[in-house]
Amino acid sequence: MFKDKACIVGIGETPFCRKPGSGLSEMGIQLKAAVAALEDAGLKAAQIDGILPFPNVGKAEAFAASLGCENLRFAATLHVGGAAPVASLRMAAMAVSSDAADYVLVPGGWNGFSGARVRETAANDVDSIPGGAIARDFYIPFGLTAPPQWYALMARRHMHEYGTTAEQFGAVALAMRKHAQLNPAALMHGKPLTMADYLASPMIASPYRLLDCCVETDGAAAFIVTSVERARDLRQKPVYVMGAAAGQPYPADEITNRADFHRTGLTTAAPEAFRMAGVAPADADFAQIYDCFTFEVIQQLEEAGFCKRGEGGAFVENGGIELGGRLPVNTHGGLLSQAHVLGISHVVEAVRQLRGEAGARQVADAEIGVVTGWGDFGDGSIAILRR
Amino acid sequence: MSEQTKPYDKPLPTLTGLHGEFYAWCRDRELRFQRCTGCGRYRHVPRDICAHCSSMEWEWARSGGRGTVFTWTEVVRALHPAFADATPYAPVVVEMEEGVRLLSKVVDCAPEELHIGMAVEVEFQQIGDALTLPVFRRARRVQ
Repeated sequence: MFKDKACIVGIGETPFCRKPGSGLSEMGIQLKAAVAALEDAGLKAAQIDGILPFPNVGKAEAFAASLGCENLRFAATLHVGGAAPVASLRMAAMAVSSDAADYVLVPGGWNGFSGARVRETAANDVDSIPGGAIARDFYIPFGLTAPPQWYALMARRHMHEYGTTAEQFGAVALAMRKHAQLNPAALMHGKPLTMADYLASPMIASPYRLLDCCVETDGAAAFIVTSVERARDLRQKPVYVMGAAAGQPYPADEITNRADFHRTGLTTAAPEAFRMAGVAPADADFAQIYDCFTFEVIQQLEEAGFCKRGEGGAFVENGGIELGGRLPVNTHGGLLSQAHVLGISHVVEAVRQLRGEAGARQVADAEIGVVTGWGDFGDGSIAILRR
Repeated sequence: MSEQTKPYDKPLPTLTGLHGEFYAWCRDRELRFQRCTGCGRYRHVPRDICAHCSSMEWEWARSGGRGTVFTWTEVVRALHPAFADATPYAPVVVEMEEGVRLLSKVVDCAPEELHIGMAVEVEFQQIGDALTLPVFRRARRVQ
């Protein structure tokens, strides 16, 4: 049990860009974010003795060698796709609260626009996801090749069972875009969006339109976790991990044969995390929900317990997830309108909010925040943080 | 037709191991799923062991070939170059009468005519000497 024993003490981000690309290697851009996080925390690289890299974008050994972490003693990569940053936050909290590591770096980033595009890597590199061999032999021959197509199968089923509508998907896209207008670092800053724009955007994989999909980005982010005791000596006001958990759908490596088609990793992870934290979803002042596609926000709000299953569509309507609404979601603009940096930026934004450093998009007096991750065929992770 | 003269350029499944055995039956124009001989449950995709009873004894049991559309997506913009000339097309999840589901397509139905619950039955699409894919068409008999 690591409740309130670990803190996030440093955050770092690079600028986000599309054309012409970052001009850095994928390791380079992540190192830049890592250095920024070290600077933010007031730590030297040599003090980092734990590193939890995101899957497929760099090895802990390379990070340690590049940064000068001479005493690496805790390293792992959690193969849960976009659920990895928050799952790694949880693992880091476990590590620093059991003396397996003193300071754990969680980096992530990529040249997601100018380099290999995630839409293609799922098919071109089947080893990049745990269900890759199944996808190769049973999905890809039929043209189901990429994440929006996988998740569209879930979104369609949800619309059928619960009457969820395109306009409700659009409400998610609009909320993220609205928040991006308050965030100068967001790729979609200065590009407001209307429901008419959303509905007119071209279909990609029904029910997903172009504007249901996040923005492939060059960029990186990082955060650093340490114990409450060590955090006292550092530069920043610590953000405490009240509870965290990770989970998987069943089966996790195959989408179609799930007895409960809507059960995701978050379905089991969220109650565990809230139980550990000793708070309820209604206690959260904001949530940063992994928004690779619009429906995944609706689905995770339901499975995390912010509303009942089937009520997520109504929950996001009428400004429900906008700043000033009942639960501000993705105050930075999310993957949909800030940048797709693998979900690390959701943690970074949660920390900014809890430090009171979110500027024009600050949630007034934010005390408790939730951050989730979603990856591969529905793996999930969640952390409940407090200032 | 140009469709028939053009070489098939879509990604192919590997034909080794249990996955290969599944497709070997398709080549014989039979849709078969693993059925646990311990507890009698069908399963798909192929696995070495029954997740319900842990039995490693199983048989390839012939499917009745009938099912219903469980969900689908219409791919309007291909996200893999090999499917660029195939759009729009619709990957479909079919729920078989045996209880298992598989990802396939419905060959005689435009994507806009698909609906959840639609009755379909298996058909076979020969890709080459080594590979035949299980596909579906609208059910012809009353179920």
